[in-house]
Amino acid sequence: MTTVVDILPHILALLGDGALTAAQIAAGAAAIAFVGGLVLAVVNVFTQLVAVRLAIAAYTEWMRNVPALAHLFLLYFGLASVGVRLTPLAAAIVGLGLVGAAVLCDVFSAGLRALHVGQREAALAVGLTPLQALRFIVLPQVLRLTLPAIGNYASQLVKDTSIASAIAAPEIMFFARNLVTSTFETPLIYASAIALYAAIVLPVSWLFARLERRLAAAGGMGGAR
Amino acid sequence: MEHKLLKVDGLHKSYGAAQVLRGISFDLKRGETLSLIGPSGSGKSTCLRCLNFLEKPTSGEIVLEGERIGRTGSGRGERLMTDRELAPQRREIGMVFQLFYLWPHLNVRDNVALASIKAGGMHRDEAYALADEMLDKVHLRRKADEYPERLSGGQQQRVAIARALAQKPKLMLFDEPTSALDPELVGEVLGVIRELAEEGRSMILVTHEIRFARDVADRVIFMDGGVVVEEGPACDVIERPSMERTRAFLGQVGIGAGLSK
Repeated sequence: MTTVVDILPHILALLGDGALTAAQIAAGAAAIAFVGGLVLAVVNVFTQLVAVRLAIAAYTEWMRNVPALAHLFLLYFGLASVGVRLTPLAAAIVGLGLVGAAVLCDVFSAGLRALHVGQREAALAVGLTPLQALRFIVLPQVLRLTLPAIGNYASQLVKDTSIASAIAAPEIMFFARNLVTSTFETPLIYASAIALYAAIVLPVSWLFARLERRLAAAGGMGGAR
Repeated sequence: MEHKLLKVDGLHKSYGAAQVLRGISFDLKRGETLSLIGPSGSGKSTCLRCLNFLEKPTSGEIVLEGERIGRTGSGRGERLMTDRELAPQRREIGMVFQLFYLWPHLNVRDNVALASIKAGGMHRDEAYALADEMLDKVHLRRKADEYPERLSGGQQQRVAIARALAQKPKLMLFDEPTSALDPELVGEVLGVIRELAEEGRSMILVTHEIRFARDVADRVIFMDGGVVVEEGPACDVIERPSMERTRAFLGQVGIGAGLSK
């Protein structure tokens, strides 16, 4: 008879593979979310075109008000039925990335609006172009202002990778459920899965906390603007 | 040869139905200091902000050394410039704001040097040397490595002046530069502005410091309700105003006509 000790390495190896996949999904989705969210927010706040603002509002509302799982199904099964086959990994990255872009669009938009308009005016007044003002003056401050919210989003994203198991992306929960079916070591397996999520999320949270402290120490954002 | 540095002609600015500027015209000689005074809401700050197109005038001409500011093309092809097109023109005009607007994520030296590097095409070393020189002018070189939030309001405003000076501007604009300062800090900022005026810089100063305007400005314009009510040499307008509205305003701010020296 096999004991828990015999199968533990097997469990950890598979869940470890899953953790790697989860990290890939989170990293890929975070990249899409960050770039997409930033571009959408900048356009959203600075455009004069009402139609563009409405389109962005419609996108963010839609993405945030429909469960992410439904978006993954649409990307994975829905696209497949019209002949576009994404791998589960790609569908998970794109799906969570598009949802994240909506979340971060709201975060960055709020940050851009919170920054005093005089900061940008002073940048234009010294002869910077609007793009330079954005890059050297506005965005560095907005990123600092929104860092806590970005950190929250990043932790949430790592946890949300678990729903990719529903489209058979080989991440932690996917392997955990398979292992439970084949070994019936339910408590051990889910406890290991939880430990793995914590092992990813905690460093992410720690990194953001550290970044916030460092930027605060580097001066400049606490006082009057 | 263009005799005037700046010509402003028929400047109008409306927000919807509200007319803030209703035909402002004046000019500025090279090396001259002009002060705009007047009650709150008279349009003097708006007028100043139109000069570098932070506000887009509804109509009117602004010409700096023969170059039309903020508009391009002629006849039917005339249009407002974009902010991108305005950047080189704005570089010729330094601006100092009421609330300083130093960039809090950059230290003092970088605040002063950034535009020289990014917009002026200078090398970093050259831009830093220029920044230190400008900080010397405002007596704050020792603060070059500090972040703005560590400075007093008066020091922040002096850094903001150094930042504008580093543009090597043809014209300096001051938008109520001491209105946000604690009373004991006003003097150090006015002192710096006085030194700049004595250097013969071309400056336009919007201020509530009437006595200072009298002492430092060559000419004063009194504005009310979006129009120029009275214009002339500083002493004349402030000490011997010819218009009843000017007298009333000066009375309200505690300076009766016939102010003694």
